[in-house]
Amino acid sequence: MIGIPLAGYVASIMVEKFPLQWINLGPLSKFPEGKTTLATYLNPYRRSWDGDTDLIPCWVRRLAGENFQIFAINCAHLGCPVRWFEESQLFLCPCHGGAYYADGSRASGPPPRGLFEYEYKIEQGDLFVKGGLLPTLADTNP
Amino acid sequence: MEKLRQLYFWIDDRLHLTKLFESTAGHHVPKSSGSWFYVFGSATLLCFIIQVVTGICLALIYQPSASEAYASLEYLSYDVPLGWYLRAVHNWGSNFMVGIMLLHMTQVFLFGAYKYPREITWLSGCILLFLTLGMAFTGQVLRFDEDAYWGLGIGASIMGRIPFFGQEVVNMMLGGPIIAGQTLSRFFTLHVFVLPGAIIALVSLHLRMVLTKGINEYPTPGILVDRKTYDAHYQTILRKEGVPFVPHAIDKDLIASAVVLGLILFLAAFDGPKMPNGLADPTQIDTVPRPDFFFLWIFALAALLPPYMESFVLLVGPIVLSILLFTLPFFNNTGEKSWRRRPIAVLTVVLVWLTFGILTYLGKTSPWSPDMQAWTKDETPKEFLVNRSPLELQGNLVLQYKQCRLCHAIDGIGGKRGPDLAEVGMRLTEPQLVRQVVQGGGNMPAYGKNLTRDEITALTAYLVSLRPPGIPPARDSTLPAKPAPETPVSAQR
Repeated sequence: MIGIPLAGYVASIMVEKFPLQWINLGPLSKFPEGKTTLATYLNPYRRSWDGDTDLIPCWVRRLAGENFQIFAINCAHLGCPVRWFEESQLFLCPCHGGAYYADGSRASGPPPRGLFEYEYKIEQGDLFVKGGLLPTLADTNP
Repeated sequence: MEKLRQLYFWIDDRLHLTKLFESTAGHHVPKSSGSWFYVFGSATLLCFIIQVVTGICLALIYQPSASEAYASLEYLSYDVPLGWYLRAVHNWGSNFMVGIMLLHMTQVFLFGAYKYPREITWLSGCILLFLTLGMAFTGQVLRFDEDAYWGLGIGASIMGRIPFFGQEVVNMMLGGPIIAGQTLSRFFTLHVFVLPGAIIALVSLHLRMVLTKGINEYPTPGILVDRKTYDAHYQTILRKEGVPFVPHAIDKDLIASAVVLGLILFLAAFDGPKMPNGLADPTQIDTVPRPDFFFLWIFALAALLPPYMESFVLLVGPIVLSILLFTLPFFNNTGEKSWRRRPIAVLTVVLVWLTFGILTYLGKTSPWSPDMQAWTKDETPKEFLVNRSPLELQGNLVLQYKQCRLCHAIDGIGGKRGPDLAEVGMRLTEPQLVRQVVQGGGNMPAYGKNLTRDEITALTAYLVSLRPPGIPPARDSTLPAKPAPETPVSAQR
């Protein structure tokens, strides 16, 4: 009899849905045109005991004007944090050497696809990202 | 004295201590099992006891909260008297527990101890191996540093590859859609409640099996296990040369355990605790995440598997391995036990240890990772700069500034992901170098969009100049080495 509430309690997390949410990344002026910069936002599902893990980084590429690309920090291979190298115009992963071009497409190494890309929108001069999920290959549209 | 005797008999009558002793520590074992090869099981148990005791002590201070864990570890390490030492003992105890358990498993395999009638002993041992590896993984998460954070990311990314319900498994593992406070809480729960509880239950079963089915006799080549005769054979051994485990066969176990204990205590004092490696702050991306020693082989495997088979191997591999381990005593139930007459068993052990050993070494050195600082910190050795033309020197600047050194070393200095460029001029011709730089390929990104024509000219000129003294540049093998001799006019007719 106690099994039912126990299983419900433990497994509820599997059925619970965590829809992506719009999060403000700040004014457009923070992101120079033609550059790729690191931005961080607060996890929309944060709890007070999360410590520093409530911050989530992402790469914001501003092509020109209001044309952006926002990439997850996580390598599409195994989720390690990719770093942007301005001079060679590459994202490189420190774990297994995955490499991506500036537009997020796969360049070389073990990743099976390009970087995960977030949806964005611009409202009243601020850039918003649709995030809040650790992107993995399970999720085709983070 | 007589009173004392009476008291002893009274207590024994009520508690049945003598009987308990005879059926447990004093049970009869084959004299041949009092061997140095048979000490690994008890040494593993000793490690587990050390882990339980030190773990309980650490839990007095440790805060299983994402916001406090790191600070509490620092407090443990720097402020609590001998806190650093307990952490070190717990870390080394964990290393020894996994290591000795693997030795124990190897010995059991080579001595045929998994065969009839000890199948359940083997099965419980296999589950204990997985539980122990689970303890090692959850333990490194509790350090909750950047390695733990990104290690969780790697774990979630592997789980995310599960078809159909990958996201649900990821949510279950992380306790939410992303690594956060709940993630640490559930790994803490696993590490201090679920897994140790399961280990205690399984160790009880394991030891119970050792008592009921007896410890494996030291195998003699040529004496085969037969399900019909083995039990009688084992009873004969016990009758003829059986000795009580305590005090006649435990001596070597005690000595080995003392050595293991001494080593753990010494290494802990000598090496100190494994300090958390930077806060678990995901915005600190200037990190090179690495798992703990016993998971380096998985880390290496993930780098070396071709992408098309990676998900399959990472997800199906463990299942196949488990099935092989669990079914071993059933498809190889009888027959020869001695490793001296089981060449395939010996070969299996050698291959498995070599495979895991090499993968671990590769995981440790990880030559596939770019050296992120190489382009600013690694100089070009002088001999690769002298006697160069201005164009070639300009090419060296392109090589350095465009961060080629992250992946390419020059004479061993720089990243190891791509080939060393020290002698590239004698391997590739200038057109081949241009093609490689512009189009990439063979695990190298294409730089065509990112380099000007002049930069490419300078870079390839420099690369062609990189060859040992006196060696001419590589030439196109499809062209004749020397101009072909002119054909005589007479032969043309």
